[in-house]
Order: sequence, then C-alpha cells, then structure tokens
Amino acid sequence: MSQYALKTLLPSYLARQQERIEGIARDFGLDPFPTIFEILAYDQMTEIAAYGGFPTRYPHWRYGMEYEQLSKSHEYGLSKIYEMVINNTPAYAYLLEGNSLVDQKLVMAHVYAHVDFFKNNFAFRATDLDNTGHLTDPMARPDPFEPNRRWIDKMANHGARIRRHMERYGVTAIEEFIDTCLSLDNLVDPWRPFTGTPTPRNEDDDETAVEVPRLKSKDYMESFINPASYLEEQRKKIEDAHNKKKTFPEEPVRDVLSFLLQHAPLDRWEHDVLEVIRDEAYYFIPQMQTKIMNEGWATYWHSKMMTEKILDASEIIDYADNASGVTATSGKQLNPYKLGVELYRNIQERWDKGQFGKDWDDCDDLEVKRHWDMRLGLGRDKIFEVRKIYNDVTFIDEFLTPEFAIEQKLFAFSWSERNGRFEINTREFQAVKDKLLSQLTNAGNPFIYVEDANHDNRSELMLRHRHEGADLRPDYAREALRALFRVWKRPVVIATIVDDRPVYLRYDGKEHKSEDAPKAEVESEEKED
Amino acid sequence: MSLRIDQDHSRFRAIVRGKIRENLKKYVSHGEMIGRKGKDLVSIPIPQIDIPRFRFGEKQQGGTGQGKGEPGDPVSGQEQEGEGGAGKAGKDPGEHALEVEVTLEELAAILGEELALPDIENRGKSKIISAKDRYTGIRRVGPESLRHFKRTYREALKRMVASGTFDPKRPVVVPMPDDKRYRSWKTQHEPVANAVIIYMMDVSGSMGDEQKEIVRIESFWIDTWLQSQYKGLETRYIIHDATAREVDEHTFFRTRESGGTMISSAYKLCNDMIDASYPVDEWNIYPFHFSDGDNWSMDDTNVCLELLKKSLLPRVNMFAYGQVESPYGSGQFIKDLTNAFASDERLVTSEIPDRDGIMGSIKDFLGKGR
Repeated sequence: MSQYALKTLLPSYLARQQERIEGIARDFGLDPFPTIFEILAYDQMTEIAAYGGFPTRYPHWRYGMEYEQLSKSHEYGLSKIYEMVINNTPAYAYLLEGNSLVDQKLVMAHVYAHVDFFKNNFAFRATDLDNTGHLTDPMARPDPFEPNRRWIDKMANHGARIRRHMERYGVTAIEEFIDTCLSLDNLVDPWRPFTGTPTPRNEDDDETAVEVPRLKSKDYMESFINPASYLEEQRKKIEDAHNKKKTFPEEPVRDVLSFLLQHAPLDRWEHDVLEVIRDEAYYFIPQMQTKIMNEGWATYWHSKMMTEKILDASEIIDYADNASGVTATSGKQLNPYKLGVELYRNIQERWDKGQFGKDWDDCDDLEVKRHWDMRLGLGRDKIFEVRKIYNDVTFIDEFLTPEFAIEQKLFAFSWSERNGRFEINTREFQAVKDKLLSQLTNAGNPFIYVEDANHDNRSELMLRHRHEGADLRPDYAREALRALFRVWKRPVVIATIVDDRPVYLRYDGKEHKSEDAPKAEVESEEKED
Repeated sequence: MSLRIDQDHSRFRAIVRGKIRENLKKYVSHGEMIGRKGKDLVSIPIPQIDIPRFRFGEKQQGGTGQGKGEPGDPVSGQEQEGEGGAGKAGKDPGEHALEVEVTLEELAAILGEELALPDIENRGKSKIISAKDRYTGIRRVGPESLRHFKRTYREALKRMVASGTFDPKRPVVVPMPDDKRYRSWKTQHEPVANAVIIYMMDVSGSMGDEQKEIVRIESFWIDTWLQSQYKGLETRYIIHDATAREVDEHTFFRTRESGGTMISSAYKLCNDMIDASYPVDEWNIYPFHFSDGDNWSMDDTNVCLELLKKSLLPRVNMFAYGQVESPYGSGQFIKDLTNAFASDERLVTSEIPDRDGIMGSIKDFLGKGR
C-alpha cells in the first residue's frame, strides 16, 4: 500500500458490502484490479478532486483554483462529488462520508466497473509502467496481465522532484516554467505509446554518390549526347532533391513535447519539469479518449448489479432517485453517462437479436426490422468485446445508428451570429454524427505537428496546424507561441489558416507577426482540396 | 485539520489579487461585483485563470446536445456536471467563469471575510422579541395546503412496490391517505436588534454622476453588511445642497441640483429625525454622509462640528463621513472634521478618490466593529 495514501479505512459495515459487491462484479464477468476504498470528509474529498484524484501532486496554483471552484459549488449546494476512482494498481477509490448506504453501494458497484475498464480497455495500457516507474511498451502484453500502474507513487515522486527544484531555484521561477509547459501540454500524440520506438535511419543511404544517368554514346559523341552543362544541371537537380529531404525532423512529429525534450536547449531542471508535465499529460489521455465508454460501462453495471443483486425492496426508490440524477440530460452538453449506457444497451439488444451484418443492412422493410429477432444471445459477449478494443471515437463511429440518434433526441448546435446565442442546427443523422466525432477526435484539440526545426535555415522552430475547418483561437495561439519560444529559445512559427487564408504566425521573442504563407504553399494547399 | 491544498489555494488567491505573478493577472476572468437578480439574488463569478493553449474558439466550433427543440431553437441548459468520474477534475478546462448565485446574506459573509470585518457589537438595549416560523421537517398530518407532493408520491410508490401492486408497464402511482406527508414548522423566537442607516448626500453642483455612482455602490455594500448584522434595518435618505430634505431611495441617487453647499442643514435634519423616531436606547444609529467636502463657509462648518459634538455623536454607534473626489478636487471639510475629533472613535472619515477606492473606504467605515 502506498505510503502516500490517506489512512482512512472503511468502517466494517462498508467493508462487508465491498466484499459482497466485488464478488457480484466478478460473478458477472468483470475483471477489476484489487481495489482499496477510503472514506473521506467532504473537504478532503474536494482537496483530492482538485488534485485530479491524487493525494500528492506537485504544488501549483491551478489546483488551488480547482479547489475553490469545487468547494464553493459544494457549499452552495450546486454539485457534490460522490466518488472518485484512480487508475492505479491497486486501484484507489474514495467514498464521501455521510452518504446513505444506498449511495455508497451504488458508488462501489460503479467503481468496480470503472476499474474493470481501466484494466481491460486497450487505451489504458498506455499507462503501464516498468519497475523503475517509466512508461513501458504497451504492445508487449504479458500473460497473465498484471501491469504495474503505481501512478500515485509516480505522481508523488513528481511532486518531490518539483519541490526540490523550487527549493533551489525559487518557487516563482519553477511555477512560471510549469505554466509554460502547461500551455503546450496538449501537443501530444495519443497514439505515440502504440507506435513503438522509431527505427534509426540507415546512415549508409547518405553515402551513395550522386550519379547522373547518361545515355550510351561513342566517345567522340559523348560531349554532344551528354553535354557537360546538361549533366551539371541534372546533378544539381538531384542534389537539390536530396538536400530537400534532409529537413529535420524528416517526418512531421506530432508528439511536440517529446521533440522539445530531445532537441530544445533546456537546462537540466527545465528538462525535468517538462518531462513531468509530459508524463502526466499522457496519463490522462486514455481517460479523455474513453469518457463516454468508461462512464457508460460503469453506469451499465451499477444499474445491473444494483437492481438484480444488491438492493433490497426498501432501497429501490432511493436508488432510482439517485440514478435518474446521474443520467439526466441537459441541452448544451451530452451526458456521457447517459449516452454511454444507452449505447451499450442498444448494442446488447442488437447482438442479442442478431440485428447486424449483411442481411440486416440490406433489409429495407421497416416492419420486418422492427420484429427482427434471431435469438442469438450474443449481446453480453459483444459488449465485453467492445469495452476491450474500442475508444469513444470508434465506439460512436461504429455503433451510433440513425434509429438510436432519433430515440435519444440528439442534435447538433452552432453559434448564431444573428441572434447572439447557440442554436440547434440540425437533427440530421450524418451531420450530428460528424459533429460528435469531430468533438471527440483528438479530445477536441487541434492537430499540430513539428514540421521543421531549422526553418529558414535559422534554427527557428516551425509547427504546422492541420486545419480541419475550425481556426485556432488567436489570442491563445499567441500566448502558446510565447510559451513555445520560452522552451525553444529561438523564434517560433506556426503555419495555420485564419479566415480561409494560409498564414504564418510568428513570434521572435519580442513581437508577434502574422504574415501570408509563401505562394508555393498556398497553391499546393489548394490542390489538396 | 490543515489541508495540503491550502498552500496552492492561497497562492491562487494571491495571483487573483495581483499580488504575485502580475503577468498572469490578465488571464483572470472576472465579472461584475454587483448584479442584482430577482429580489435579493446576486451572481458572483468565481475567478478563473485559463491557461492559454493552441485550441479552437468555442463559437466557431459548436457541438452536440440531447433533448427537445426544433432547428433554430436556442440551446438550453448550462454546462453540467454529472457524478464525479475517474480523475475528472483538471482535465476539462472550463470555457466560462462559473457563476454561483448567492443570497445577500452569503454575499455579506464573503464581504466580511474578504475585508476581515469584525462583527458589530450591539448597542441597542432593545428587548423586543420576534417570532418566526421555519419549515424544518415532515409529518403525517397537516393542512392540505402544506402537502409535500414529492414525499407523498414517494411514500405511495414505496407502498405499491412493497405490496406488489406497482405495474412497471403502467406506472400509475395513486397515494392513499396514509401516504400523505406534510411540511411541519417550528416557531423560533429571537431578539431583534434595530438599526437605522441615515444616508446624507451632497447634491450640489460639484457632485457629478460618477460621484453619485460611487456613493451608490458604496451604500449597497454598507446596506448588505449591516443587514447581515441586524434583523430589522431601516434606511432613510437625506439630500442637501444649501437646504436639506428627506427623499426616497430612487430620488436620492438620481437628483442633481445646482447651488451651494450647507452641510449643517443635513446634520440638523438628521438630528431632528433621530429625535422624532429613534430613541437611543432601542436603536443602533448609523448616519453616513457623502460629500465632496466643499462647504460654503467656515461658519457653517463650525455649526456642523457643534451639532456633532453636542447631539449627534453621543447618540450614534458611528458617524461616517466619506469624501468623494470630484472633478473640482477635494474639499476642506474632511480636514476640519479630523482636526476637531481626532481622538473620537465614533467619527470615521474616509476619502474615496475613485471607484477603486470603494473597497478601502468600506473597510475604513466597517472595520471598527461599531
């Protein structure tokens, strides 16, 4: 057990419930890590929630900000944190002191499903650590699967590292640099853990001499058939092409943080701080990638376990009251609990009744479709498979059906300039689905790559934003460039599109400039369209 | 128990107040400090610092939602939080300052905390007791007008589930007389301390709109604070130039006169008011006077000083004088007052150069706990 964990053991009546609920979860086929429950007073709960679930983090003002928001909204009765669970081995979960027994049971059932998801969904393998506390290759899945995810310890170590730097260099200096790194912490590649380490380039390739192919000729004709000026020209062309390939990096790099770690001129403490921020950013990626699936899974199972096994008749009304609150919907934001659980249930029904595959897709008769039931009973197996190999994007992409979207009253909305408010845009299936997917893709962050670390041959850093319809927020982009400059210590440029015009946004340490992209690039962009 | 977060929290507060890390101050999102909503609800934004990243503008992006409505209808609902999920905090940076609605009582508490105001010592010797009914519980009998609808149906549902008469396919819940639940109340007796604020304002030609706005904001906060301290609070308003008269609140803040300034006229009227309506042994009395300090003559000032000394100061909890700086500069009156009553705790003076000076001035006035 972690020495950093709080010593707040469960009272025996809850410990008995925990044992019982874990047994029920395993009987249903869930496969969670061992889980430790602790019971917290609301101020401790709020504190830990402010730290993102970890009892010990590095010191930073934004945790204080989170704390103020959470505690105020708790004190004014606007919201209440029922539970928290941490993807850690063993998993840690916190119960709120003073909740009713029904609520505590619900939370435990909910937690066991979350922990099952942590252990079994592929995305979370990116949080596996090796013995020294470094991220390990998630593709090498050992059998039996007993990963090391001692993140509570790792985060506490991060705290110790940062505190040490603060003692040495001063709180403000370190905090400023942390802010700088946080400005960049969404420039990561969610799939980086799964792509393995890149193979080193074969240096021999560079050694090959540049040979211009020449036509066969008699000696005396040589200077006419292969004139020296032409040869020279060709040689130059090949050389140019060759030189052009030698940009650095060779391929655009999406994991900007790791590129900076490797190549930016950082002091040792700066390197250390940036590494901490990057590691922690990667820890939270799987949770962002699977928000709907994870909450949906937990809601599916707490509802099944509670109603079929755990509750007695006197508790059912209180349970229903609470459960309906959790899955309540409100206009502007989709409730991941609701969307997730409904989609799992929908999948289960479809696979139970055999409503999938070629015959189903080809069938045009609505009446036949309505009564379609092949009694396959594959639903349970299917949702377990789904929880293993999907993330939110693929989950929605594959299983969201027009019927489901209508039943759940999904819509897309957009900002109306005329009325100065957000308005419902459409309920058309494809449009809603596209909007939802674009929101989920890359956790709603823009795609940004390192393109050239020697831009203009002046060792300026050039990033490229792959524009997919939405512009960057300009004031934030300027500040992010400022942060990038602080790390790279040379002028920085990002190529993007503003109001349909390709531009370079540049910051040289003194002033921000926005200039039109070079002509050649504009044309090639247009061709791609 | 001391929390680890306290350190981070006080650092955040210091950033918000602009004490450290001044360059972060520009990212702090603040709203208005005052915004009346409904009768006595005010929304105070919670300060938030958004770390700038490469990201999309929200308006450009739009999103997806769930619920009723036709295309073209506004999207209802706020950002909502469900049950706290896995490692949830910290990874969804909010788009907006989270606005929390608070009552005036809570607002006063925040004000008191922010300015470290002491609770006021009650001087009134009043023995008046008032009775107040509070709904505190539920019982099985009561008048139909107090029936608790939700509790009643919940009981009915429980009974039907337990007795097996509930049909999920036809979920009709019919309460029986036994299921009915009623709100019940307790009568609480509490002693009432009475207080009166008498606002006096100089409306002579030299007091402009900006000066009145300052007085308005300041008196709002003073009201709020004193209301949290006294159950029965009365407010009276006096305006004066060369003569004084009593007005209502609306007129008080909107009148603009021209003409000279005779402060003694207001003090006389105030004195008469106290004589007529507010016996000293039952009331806590708070006269507040705002002016730009340009009194007509030294003679008049002497009349004021005499009035204060003889009859006003002995009877009030505190006499507050706020001097608002006007385009014509700041007058002599505040100096005359402080010279005459330098050691008297009952007289509090404060200079308010501009809007930013309001907070400091409130602290001057209310920081003494009188």
